[in-house]
Amino acid sequence: MGNPVLSIEKLTLALPSYADRPQAVNDVSLSIGAGETLCVVGESGSGKSMIAHAVMGLLPTAVKPTGGTIRLGGRDLLSLDPAAMLSVRGREIGMIFQEPMTSLNPVMRIGQQISEMFEAHHVFDRPKRSKRVVELLDEVGLPDPQRIARAYPHELSGGQRQRVMIAMALALEPKLLIADEPTTALDVTTQAQILKLIDRLRRQHGTAVLFITHDFGVVAEIADRIAVLQQGTLVEEGTGTEVLSRPRHEYTRRLLAAVPSLVPPERSKSQPKEPILLVENLEKVYRKRSLFSAGREVKAAENINFTLARGETLGLVGESGSGKSTVGRCCLRLIDPDSGKIELGGLRISDLSTSALRPHRKKIQMIFQDPFASLNPRQTIGRIIADGPIANGVSPEKAFERARELLDLVALSPNAIDRYPHEFSGGQRQRVGIARALALEPDVIVADEAVSALDVSVQAQILTLIKELQERLGLAILFVTHDLRVAAQICDRIAVMQRGRIVECGETAALFANPQHEYTRQLFAAVPGGRRFRNR
Amino acid sequence: MHFVRFAGSRLVKGVIVLFAIAVLNFFLIRAAPGDPAMVLAGQAGEADAVLLAQLRERFGLDQPLLYQLWIYLKGYATLDLGFSYRQEQPVLTLILDRLPATLILTGAAFIISLVLGVLLGALAARRAGRWSDSLITTIALIFYATPLFWVALMSQIVFALKLGWLPNVGYETIGAGYTGLSRVGDVAQHLALPAITLGLFFTALYARMMRASMLEVAGADFVKTARAKGLPPSIITRRHIARNAILPVVTLAGLQAGQLVGGAVLTETVFAWPGIGRLMFDALIQRDYSVLLGVFFVSSAMVVAFNLITDIVYRVADPRIEVAA
Repeated sequence: MGNPVLSIEKLTLALPSYADRPQAVNDVSLSIGAGETLCVVGESGSGKSMIAHAVMGLLPTAVKPTGGTIRLGGRDLLSLDPAAMLSVRGREIGMIFQEPMTSLNPVMRIGQQISEMFEAHHVFDRPKRSKRVVELLDEVGLPDPQRIARAYPHELSGGQRQRVMIAMALALEPKLLIADEPTTALDVTTQAQILKLIDRLRRQHGTAVLFITHDFGVVAEIADRIAVLQQGTLVEEGTGTEVLSRPRHEYTRRLLAAVPSLVPPERSKSQPKEPILLVENLEKVYRKRSLFSAGREVKAAENINFTLARGETLGLVGESGSGKSTVGRCCLRLIDPDSGKIELGGLRISDLSTSALRPHRKKIQMIFQDPFASLNPRQTIGRIIADGPIANGVSPEKAFERARELLDLVALSPNAIDRYPHEFSGGQRQRVGIARALALEPDVIVADEAVSALDVSVQAQILTLIKELQERLGLAILFVTHDLRVAAQICDRIAVMQRGRIVECGETAALFANPQHEYTRQLFAAVPGGRRFRNR
Repeated sequence: MHFVRFAGSRLVKGVIVLFAIAVLNFFLIRAAPGDPAMVLAGQAGEADAVLLAQLRERFGLDQPLLYQLWIYLKGYATLDLGFSYRQEQPVLTLILDRLPATLILTGAAFIISLVLGVLLGALAARRAGRWSDSLITTIALIFYATPLFWVALMSQIVFALKLGWLPNVGYETIGAGYTGLSRVGDVAQHLALPAITLGLFFTALYARMMRASMLEVAGADFVKTARAKGLPPSIITRRHIARNAILPVVTLAGLQAGQLVGGAVLTETVFAWPGIGRLMFDALIQRDYSVLLGVFFVSSAMVVAFNLITDIVYRVADPRIEVAA
């Protein structure tokens, strides 16, 4: 391999005294050669991002490196003064971040932002800079690079913005590219394209890539070597095939086992039941109105038909903007559909007035995606769960007693009732969210990306919990997700949505074995690590 | 094209709003007890019914209310704001006489508060947690909380009466007969105290808002991107943080700009500044309907105009804003 581009030796990063552990990263050694991709894998809080930030010299002020070295081409970055570090950032190390939507300055043109890279390191004169910007935009596969250079970030899609970030990071041909969860916020098909792009560029330019991710699917696609981090400690390191096929450490094995398989589990054929939720010809159009022009129309739901029976889980699968969330929210009448029929237990709720609907709202409840934003931070867990029943006329004592039972049901300690959301982890909060949805004893639950924000091991636990509860309570679940692996594991039937339409709908096993629609096939092909994890 | 459409539709809306304001003002003033005839007759010492009727006839107050409204609106449509019988002058002339003084005062206060507020706020944010930050924040809080008239009186006592650095009241030295540059200097000296007094409150407000906004933006993802480029901290602060942090300040500045005409009544009274505010105050005491209505109308027109200007400025400052009228 020759001399490594980056070699981290015995790196230790100390956390402030109030943190839950003394070190963010403890005694970690890693190295990456030119043109090589090293994936650092771990769950949230494993310290993987901290390593990336330490290399970049962008650690939060509370985190201090207390031992070890980070050598880039032989130079120890930790001992550099801030001014010297400025010339390393950007010129020798490029970095791509997780959130393409917020990583670009909203009030600056794309071209200007890339050009800043040259300006910061005094490379080229003005005309050469703008020429190079266009070349870079072209190289990362953006259409009409001249126009994009003049555009503002909000005029581009998430995938396009991530390409801009890559163009920016690679502008000065750095020796090392750090990618911190660069595809986590993207749709699968976009993700596949971005992964391919990063892979192509590092081959062409011989760039060493430090790739931070939590997703083993992505790892399988891109890694030459893999390092697994648990709680700030390196537990395993090896080549891609070694770690994925013959994991030595117990933790790696557990993580790999938690990756949901794309093969749906065997399901016992159940008797067809009476549908509890029936949707017919649902339509919803979003209009951008303006006084003088016709305005744009986005069809979020077009001729949507499906039924959902007691004890059944129907998956609504699609990419962002496919209208899956709109349909889910229409069923709850959180959004009013333009036309069509929604029947809940024989009652036509699509036509009820808001006040007539209110007593029936408890029959259909929702579990939200973001376990952090969906719980009121100023209310206790008990209050959050008991609010619904109290609003429906249950006495507070009874409601709180029930809240205790529910906490027990979702495997949290009933003592949690007096605590506040910030005291809980993401997975625990999602359990609270489930308890809140169950508090009103609904017939139907709409779960909108309910496990998408969670680590794989937590995700597996929550999925198991949802399934158990469904069997015990006979719930009907409308499961909205972009994640085909999750859908394969939990859904009885799946409806694939594209641009507001259901393009294909069928039994999960049949759909996965033999997808009919072209778009469904594209989705399957784009699932990262699809081949490797297919047959487990 | 988009932009012309936007400005056009906003102008139409503005005219409708002004019409509504004009009508509302008319009825509001009639709702107040007393009329100019009563005040005039009262000052003359005798208020017999014959004199009152004569006065009312002269002012057109004996006509039906709706007819008076019609005359008033017809006049306004041709920019004829009526005639003040108290001052024996057309209202428009009165207002135009006083407008420059007010605009100089409020304009100076506006610029002082905006520049000073943004600079102080940015400085405080860069030094967040240090003593200079605490000092700026504390001073801002004090001026934010202190009533304007009290600051005005205290500044007169300290800077004009005790120290004698600046003139106490008025617009210029009366009878000095300055011309050209020396006159400008004289007005500027008179302007200093009232303008600073008037601007203090908004300076405090801008400083507080700018500081909070800067700190919030400093944590944004794109600032991390900028740091990852290897840009020096000064450029990151100026180009990436301040540029985004100033957006909420622009909104607030629009509000202040709307008060450029009507917002200086107190300051003008305390400093004997011959502006619109004084004109309005006097007209109110004398029930001089036509002057009052004229001042109200001009201030409202200013608010509407500055709302439009703010929206345009905001659109330039933030490309994400789509001008959907």
